[in-house]
Amino acid sequence: MDWGLAIFYFFAALAVVGGVMMITRKNAVHAAVYLVLTFVSVAAIYIILGAEFLFAVQVLVYAGGIMVLFLFVIMLVNLEEPRRFSGGRLRLMTSAVVTLLLFGMLARLFARSDGGHAPIVAAPAAEGNLQLVGALLFTDYLLPFEVVSVLLLVAMIGAIVLGRPRA
Amino acid sequence: MISDNIIRNFIIPLTQVLVILGVASGAVAYMTLVERKILAFMQLRLSPRRVGPHGLLQPIADGIKLLLKEDITPDKADRILFTLAPIVTVIPAFTALAVIPFSGGGTFQIFGYQVTPWIADVNVGLVFLLAISSLGIYGIMLGGWASNSKYPMLGALRSAAQMVSYEVPFGFSIIGVMMLSGTASMVGIVEAQREAHVWYFLPQIFGLFVFFVSGVAETNRLPFDLPEAEAELVAGFHTEYTGMKFALYMLAEYTSMIVVASIVTTLFFGGWLRPFPNVEALGFLNLGLDRIHPVLPGYFWFLLKTFLVLFVYLWLRGTFPRYRYDQLMRLGWYWMIPLSIMNVIVTGGVVLLLRR
Repeated sequence: MDWGLAIFYFFAALAVVGGVMMITRKNAVHAAVYLVLTFVSVAAIYIILGAEFLFAVQVLVYAGGIMVLFLFVIMLVNLEEPRRFSGGRLRLMTSAVVTLLLFGMLARLFARSDGGHAPIVAAPAAEGNLQLVGALLFTDYLLPFEVVSVLLLVAMIGAIVLGRPRA
Repeated sequence: MISDNIIRNFIIPLTQVLVILGVASGAVAYMTLVERKILAFMQLRLSPRRVGPHGLLQPIADGIKLLLKEDITPDKADRILFTLAPIVTVIPAFTALAVIPFSGGGTFQIFGYQVTPWIADVNVGLVFLLAISSLGIYGIMLGGWASNSKYPMLGALRSAAQMVSYEVPFGFSIIGVMMLSGTASMVGIVEAQREAHVWYFLPQIFGLFVFFVSGVAETNRLPFDLPEAEAELVAGFHTEYTGMKFALYMLAEYTSMIVVASIVTTLFFGGWLRPFPNVEALGFLNLGLDRIHPVLPGYFWFLLKTFLVLFVYLWLRGTFPRYRYDQLMRLGWYWMIPLSIMNVIVTGGVVLLLRR
């Protein structure tokens, strides 16, 4: 029996269960907890793929950072009753189109890759993930990296401007 | 007959995990007693002295008491999350112990098998530690929310804001160490300190300061124990918890303290190295312990340093009054984060200059 594959299926199933439970729960806190389960399961899959750095960052940023803030906001406003969907037909149509587009993009990507045929183990870097990711970010991917950091800066300034009390 | 493969890949790691779990739990039990003894000494009080000689059996009595207490779940509580929350707090605290190197000097042999004095040497060790420690907050937030009661809720919200704020300087302050050593592996960092002939608390004095202060805030200890400030919030997030669940929260808190102290020892005080590891003439500092058992001095120095750091923890508790909430936030955002970023920039510049 291939243990790596078994562990992969276990965490993949956990991630899918977490995702489904997350969108079906009515209680916002429960939904957030299931989303954390999904993030952690995906992180575990990264470990099986030999990407330890990606694991650490996934847990640190998504599970440990973003979801904590989500949970914080949910608890602060304390949603008692889930509100019914009240968007009207136009909004429903827009959501459906966007969702279908996203699905199409992902499906196309999956079909073009050799998903399911190639072995799922990536070649781990000899000198370790951390050094490799760092070197790549500051050489080949320098421009996208800088663009993303400017984007984050803009978002941050925007949040400060929105949150500032009116004079 | 058990095959060689199973022993090597299953039984040895399992034994390592069990030994470290056992030692850590025992250390936590006696930390509570040490804490009460030291605080009593600082405040000119008698410490617990009734159970056993000098109160040495007090932790066992406390443990039995906590086990036998009635386990109450409030009526309006969210039952599943209320039970899950203490467990979620304990797991990350213990998981963090997996990457801490307790001794060096390579492997040692037991029954002909090579055993390392750490569970795992991950090449992203430090980042792993940060990631795992950022999960501990869920138990506190969920426990406070699931209690469905006012004071725990306020404690949980405070704790969320506090831990998110202090995670930033916590992460930034270790980047200097990574720059100096050129690795994120815990074992590699100690080896780098041996080769550099200097422990990193000297070049990284600001890093150490920021890391330790943030560590105290992350573990919710005095003077930053706002989430459980008893003068304002009864007992904060664990007001509604009793018996074993309460004990799990305490276990997690003290384990996190030990983890932070071990990280401080490893990153800034040379881990298992004895003072002046490169000076042959100071070999007598090992007190002849290396003749009793080849790996003992490593453990000895590691434990000695870790307990000194833990003593500073208790010292802080005995010395400083609790911060007010806005002061805590101001300290984090106005002082700790800029200081840690400055530390990264200056360290980077110096490393660059020296390498040339």
